[in-house]
Amino acid sequence: MSENPTPEVVIRARGLTRRFGTLVAVDHIDLAVPRGQVFGFLGPNGSGKSTTLRMLCGLLTPSEGDVEVLGLKIPAQAEALKHRIGYMTQKFALYEDLTVLENLQFLAAIHELPRARAKPRVAEMIERYNLGDRRGQLAGTLSGGQKQRLALAGSVMHEPELLLLDEPTSAVDPESRRDFWASLFELADAGTTLLVSTHYMDEAERCHRLAILESGRLVADDTPQALCAALPGRVWLLRVANARAAEAALHGHPGILGVAQIGTALRVLAEPSIDEPALRSLIPDGGAADIEAVAPNLEDVFVAATRGARKEAAA
Amino acid sequence: MNATRLLAIIVKELRQLRRDRLTFAMILGIPTLQLLLFGFAINLDIRHIDAAVVDQAQTAQSREIIAGLNATGVVHLQAPVDTPQELQTLMRKGRINIGIVLPADLEHRIQTRDRPALQMMVDGSDQTVQAAARQLTTLPLPGMRANYQSVEVVNFYNPERRAAVNTVPGLIGVILTMTLVMFTAMALVRERERGNLEMLIATPVSPWELTLGKVLPFVGIGLVQVTVVLLLGKLVFAVPVRGLLIEVYGASLLFIIANLSLGILISTLAKSQFQAMQLAFFIFLPQILLSGFMFPYAGMPRAAQWIAEVLPMTHFIRLIRGIMLRGAGLADLPMDMLALALIATVLLVLSTRRISKRLD
Repeated sequence: MSENPTPEVVIRARGLTRRFGTLVAVDHIDLAVPRGQVFGFLGPNGSGKSTTLRMLCGLLTPSEGDVEVLGLKIPAQAEALKHRIGYMTQKFALYEDLTVLENLQFLAAIHELPRARAKPRVAEMIERYNLGDRRGQLAGTLSGGQKQRLALAGSVMHEPELLLLDEPTSAVDPESRRDFWASLFELADAGTTLLVSTHYMDEAERCHRLAILESGRLVADDTPQALCAALPGRVWLLRVANARAAEAALHGHPGILGVAQIGTALRVLAEPSIDEPALRSLIPDGGAADIEAVAPNLEDVFVAATRGARKEAAA
Repeated sequence: MNATRLLAIIVKELRQLRRDRLTFAMILGIPTLQLLLFGFAINLDIRHIDAAVVDQAQTAQSREIIAGLNATGVVHLQAPVDTPQELQTLMRKGRINIGIVLPADLEHRIQTRDRPALQMMVDGSDQTVQAAARQLTTLPLPGMRANYQSVEVVNFYNPERRAAVNTVPGLIGVILTMTLVMFTAMALVRERERGNLEMLIATPVSPWELTLGKVLPFVGIGLVQVTVVLLLGKLVFAVPVRGLLIEVYGASLLFIIANLSLGILISTLAKSQFQAMQLAFFIFLPQILLSGFMFPYAGMPRAAQWIAEVLPMTHFIRLIRGIMLRGAGLADLPMDMLALALIATVLLVLSTRRISKRLD
């Protein structure tokens, strides 16, 4: 982004809301996504990630709010937008009874690639996504990682300016996930804007910018680094003889935002007012505990943000 | 075999069944429909067959004979016509199934008994009519004596009374209905069930392109099926095509469109391929029973006839038998042509209205 210090905003949403009956799936979200970024949506299942993603791309009509994508008003100009976006679904959505090559040819035609242009483009996709030796294989018989590469190849066939990925790595092994993210950054470098929903922290950490959703509301929106730095609390690593007893003691204390057992240790997210002696006093046999301050990670941010939102909702 | 496990599976199965509302409805709906349809439709003792009379004698006795025919209830006499040729025209157009000629020398024939007094033309394109017509030959006519063959039956269109000639044209309708409605309904639901639709909605593909693109190949498949039945009918069973071949295909095309529209409509109602199949079967059943393919239309009660009139296959069966067996043209059968076109249009409009909703 060095040559473009004030990146152009490709998606702008104000007061975006979607109701399904009485359920408010997405509740007045404001967003601005700059061009060429990998923008992540992090949130638990049912927090409104997919719904938001779909509304931003004109696949779902918002109940309320204004959306402008690539200079087009959504949903009024959603059909025009469809020529400029790609969408990769959570579940493999290409035809399992067509071969790799046939699927890609189909998508090239659907996106109106001229015949002369389609052939080299399909070949290029097969080459880039390493599907050369699978060309004639039925898509249904591919492995999870191969299916995902094929799906990505299909969704970027028409060189979309905006690519939308709905939990794209839920069905693949860690190595394929790593390769897959490398492909995503390659696309971002080429100027494609990517919206990715995920519930993997390690994936969220890779995003340029992150929106955390909880029960349909936007509870945080910044770079992962800034989110970690701005965490309203401190993170401690506790090593005690009886971790279960310590966890029980800490649980429900108003100053403690979250406790998670990691191996034999406890990772504690506490309000800034709680210092080491205070923490020690809260647990049984606290004098013998080994307590260490650690740098916050995205999971801590996520716990703090969603917990804050829940408190607000309860109040 | 463990009773607890067995019971657990039975309970699970019943719970799942209860949640699949359509299947649940079908469990009750199919036997009900089947029972009612069979109960009403199967009536081989046909009455009120459309007929017309040419009375060339115009005597008191001829009028008495006509009144006697009418009183049997077997035939339903239309307005009398003047010549036997007119009877043939009416029969070709499917307006009457039986034509009766009372010759000018009627009384002389009855007295001398050297020739049958009446001539009866029977529409052989419908097998059940032939059986009913035979009842009339045993009719005791006024002033007639025993041991006199009073009625001469002329079997039109299927003089040898071969079953294949009656069955094969109607089979085109059965085959097209059976395959096309189910194929289209399943093909469209499959796209949604497998998640392909979710991918397609983000592309510039319009609902119209998607539906038409999926349905058009079936138009071709339907025409191939028609060709196969016609060829086999001709080569194996010597079933004639007395009308114009182009009109056979014209009527078939209209019927194919009606069936495909019905398939699309079902696909918008069904949530799974299994449901689509059930619905297709549910609609197939009355078509095969009430269309006149298996059981005579004239023998059905009024309510069943009304249902039959809104089924596309009823009109197609009449058209195809008319064209293939009686050598009628589409212009001879305007009501059935119109009805089929109307049904196809209504189904097409209904189904396309629902397609647009399918993609949101």
